[in-house]
Amino acid sequence: MERAIIIGAGLAGLSSAIQLAEAGRPSLLISRQQSERAQSVLAEGGINAALDTMGEGDSASQHYEDTLRGGAYLADPNAVAGLVRHAPEIVRSLSELGVPFNLTADEDIMLRPFGGQKKRRTAYAQSSTGKMIMTALIDRARSFEGSGLIKRLPHHELLRLLISGSRCVGVRVRDVFSGRLADISGSVIMCCGGMNGVFPGMTTGTTANTGDAAAALFSQGVRFAGLEMLQYHPTTIGIPGKRCLITEAARGEGGRLWIKKKNGQRWYFMEEKYPELGNLMPRDVVSREMYFVRRQQDTEGEVLLDMTELGKEVWGSRLSDMREEIKSFTGLDPAETPIEVHEGIHYFMGGIHTDEKHRTSLSGLYAAGECACQYHGANRLGGNSMLGAIYGGRVAAAALMSDQPEVGEEQPIRFSLRNDEDPLSQESRGDFEQALCRVLLGGLGIVRSGELINAALEGLDELEKRGLSPREKNKLRLGRAMLLSALERRESRGAHFREDFPETDDSQHSTVTAQIIGGEITLGRFEIPVRRAEPEHERS
Amino acid sequence: MKEADRKSVRLEILRAADAESEQWLQHIDYPVSDDGENVASALKRINSGCFTDTDGRSVEPVGFECSCLQKKCGACAMVINGTPRLACDARLSEFVKSGTVRIEPLKKFPLVRDLIVDRGAVFERLSELRIWLEGQGRADSRIKDDVYDASRCLQCGCCLEVCPNFSTAVSFGGMSTAMAMSRIIPMVSGEQRKELYSTYRKAVFEGCGKSLACRSICPAGIDIERQLVRSNAAAVWKRRLRPAKKK
Ligand SMILES: Cc1cc2nc3c(=O)[nH]c(=O)nc-3n(C[C@H](O)[C@H](O)[C@H](O)COP(=O)(O)OP(=O)(O)OC[C@H]3O[C@@H](n4cnc5c(N)ncnc54)[C@H](O)[C@@H]3O)c2cc1C
Ligand code: SF4
Ligand code: SF4
Ligand code: FES
Repeated sequence: MERAIIIGAGLAGLSSAIQLAEAGRPSLLISRQQSERAQSVLAEGGINAALDTMGEGDSASQHYEDTLRGGAYLADPNAVAGLVRHAPEIVRSLSELGVPFNLTADEDIMLRPFGGQKKRRTAYAQSSTGKMIMTALIDRARSFEGSGLIKRLPHHELLRLLISGSRCVGVRVRDVFSGRLADISGSVIMCCGGMNGVFPGMTTGTTANTGDAAAALFSQGVRFAGLEMLQYHPTTIGIPGKRCLITEAARGEGGRLWIKKKNGQRWYFMEEKYPELGNLMPRDVVSREMYFVRRQQDTEGEVLLDMTELGKEVWGSRLSDMREEIKSFTGLDPAETPIEVHEGIHYFMGGIHTDEKHRTSLSGLYAAGECACQYHGANRLGGNSMLGAIYGGRVAAAALMSDQPEVGEEQPIRFSLRNDEDPLSQESRGDFEQALCRVLLGGLGIVRSGELINAALEGLDELEKRGLSPREKNKLRLGRAMLLSALERRESRGAHFREDFPETDDSQHSTVTAQIIGGEITLGRFEIPVRRAEPEHERS
Repeated sequence: MKEADRKSVRLEILRAADAESEQWLQHIDYPVSDDGENVASALKRINSGCFTDTDGRSVEPVGFECSCLQKKCGACAMVINGTPRLACDARLSEFVKSGTVRIEPLKKFPLVRDLIVDRGAVFERLSELRIWLEGQGRADSRIKDDVYDASRCLQCGCCLEVCPNFSTAVSFGGMSTAMAMSRIIPMVSGEQRKELYSTYRKAVFEGCGKSLACRSICPAGIDIERQLVRSNAAAVWKRRLRPAKKK
């Protein structure tokens, strides 16, 4: 039988592979690194599901409302309806795979409050929810490796899609250990994670999600969407090589943000400006305020996260891992010293454009997880992305099976090409990546304007004059599409804030798409689908 | 803290273009610019900048694996001054006093190039030994904390590097295999229980010298001894232990 090809072995990839295997369909799980190294293991806070175990009268429809509102109404309502409806069953099934969720007194799954949600809805396993879920799903996938239904190619990266006419018919992969290449035929589900590598050193995620796969697909004409929507997390610390997330729980437990005024006083700007929610305002609001107060004439230095007044029992029982982490990376004890924090890129809401069933603009190609633009609209709620990756992986696998009920003959994989036979083999140079990142951040920061975006576009023109390798050219093109999408959205909505268009404009209630047509980046607008009266989003 | 500023360390990196080439040591005088810098970030900086070694040759990119840069993925395990550990957890300020940092690939696994080794055998072993949960399991409150601790294993291979009994050629799986089993041992039932217990005895218990050389090396800080005692009790001595005390 011809195997479905899955690129990426994080939550979305594992979920797709398991869904296929449970239906008896074989898959090839290809990833640059083993699943244990995927970004999904970093998720700490938890996964959302309206299980209502805390007796607050929560329901899927409230989860639906919160998700759409959080995403500033750019998410596909039918897709979100399916997501929230299946969430309780997904979290229960994870529990049955042995995920050690925190439990209530009567042994049910405990839920914690998370930003942007009115009810307690986030299931968690201490401070390592992603790692716990990954370990359980890796174990489940392993059972199908035993029976041959899942076959893994670790240490292999996608170089490009194989396209015939207007159909994706396979992939070209490179073994990063041996440098040999193989063309493999089959339908493809992309699960390659966020585009971190477009912003090296500036994201909270893994450095191994280089963004090269997304850049290759974009250059091959696959339609992308929502590329202007980057989520900045307000409390990250700079550690060597990246930004390290300080969980929202730090503020939830009483951490306060302040900046020093030139007259020496501490200014608790969030508490002063937002007396009701204070430090716990949504991520985009806090990030923007931090940006503005730093630029004020009467302040100096960075914003500080002050946790020095937290009680002993908070450090002992709820934030102990975080304290150790901060200590080991900064040498400072947050219980004694306020910590400098800065906004860091935490999530890519945009990515490969998919329909409700995770089909892309190219037949035979599907996408799920953080690489896909689905479920989160203009801003993602904490706890919804692991859910989206697991559910999306299942839906994509189901769509593939319904599109191709018949499976062809399996071909042996032959690594018959050498590195130098495909110019995309050459990896990007570090200095180019740093330069690209600097230029892009100028236009894609927390606060944007037409002027800043145009300046960044000019910066790209300059950068393009250097001799670039094919991989570098692809990445630059993807970066350009991000800037053009941000320029196109002449309003402020969700994570996208334009100083020159600070209001939300109802006439722009649509998704910005970007696609290379005839060699040019072409922008489009995609109307948000209307919610069906009887949502039908069944998996099988 | 500022002591590390403007200091430099000599990095001695064991290099090889591929598995067939002879390994050689490259010496680089590396200026430690930031006191949080670690071996992984230094290697990254070397790979994106223009560094020359002590013989005046420019340094070609050093092959090494990393991903999370915050001690959570196990990708960057290597041997640093003789000890297997995570490169992203090895701060250069530790070495400023002694002045040198010897950086070598793990030795128990086939070399790919420079600091990259193929740890595939660790994962294949888990599949061959059929380590997975058949049917359902549930980490209830009696076992939850132990399941959590065992699930934290990074499959990094540091414990295997120091283990006197592990090699990729023997059937003994070492502590990384033991942790994958310890996760599910408290949850298995029915037919699988017998099978898994017997696999545990063969692939872990009988091969392990219990010297616990691996205990203090685990970068995830898993309580290896407790996991072993629990799994031995269940699979070998057929007893169940009491749940862990809340930390
Ligand atoms: C610090 C942190 C905390 C977070 N906390 C939470 C949380 O509490 N709750 C929540 O819901 N979400 C959280 N998130 C977000 C969430 O973890 C991710 O969005 C989600 O795990 C993404 O899963 P994925 O499967 O799409 O991608 P990933 O887990 O990133 O996996 C991507 C896979 O693709 C492979 N790959 C990449 N490029 C290539 C290529 N070119 N060729 C082949 N393979 C490739 C990688 O090797 C990897 O296997 C957090 C994120 C971070 C960084
Ligand atoms: S106790 Fe000794 S023999 Fe057993 S796994 Fe650890 S190092 Fe190896
Ligand atoms: S037990 Fe510890 S040292 Fe061994 S593989 Fe797991 S995390 Fe690494
Ligand atoms: S890079 Fe993940 S543990 Fe070091």
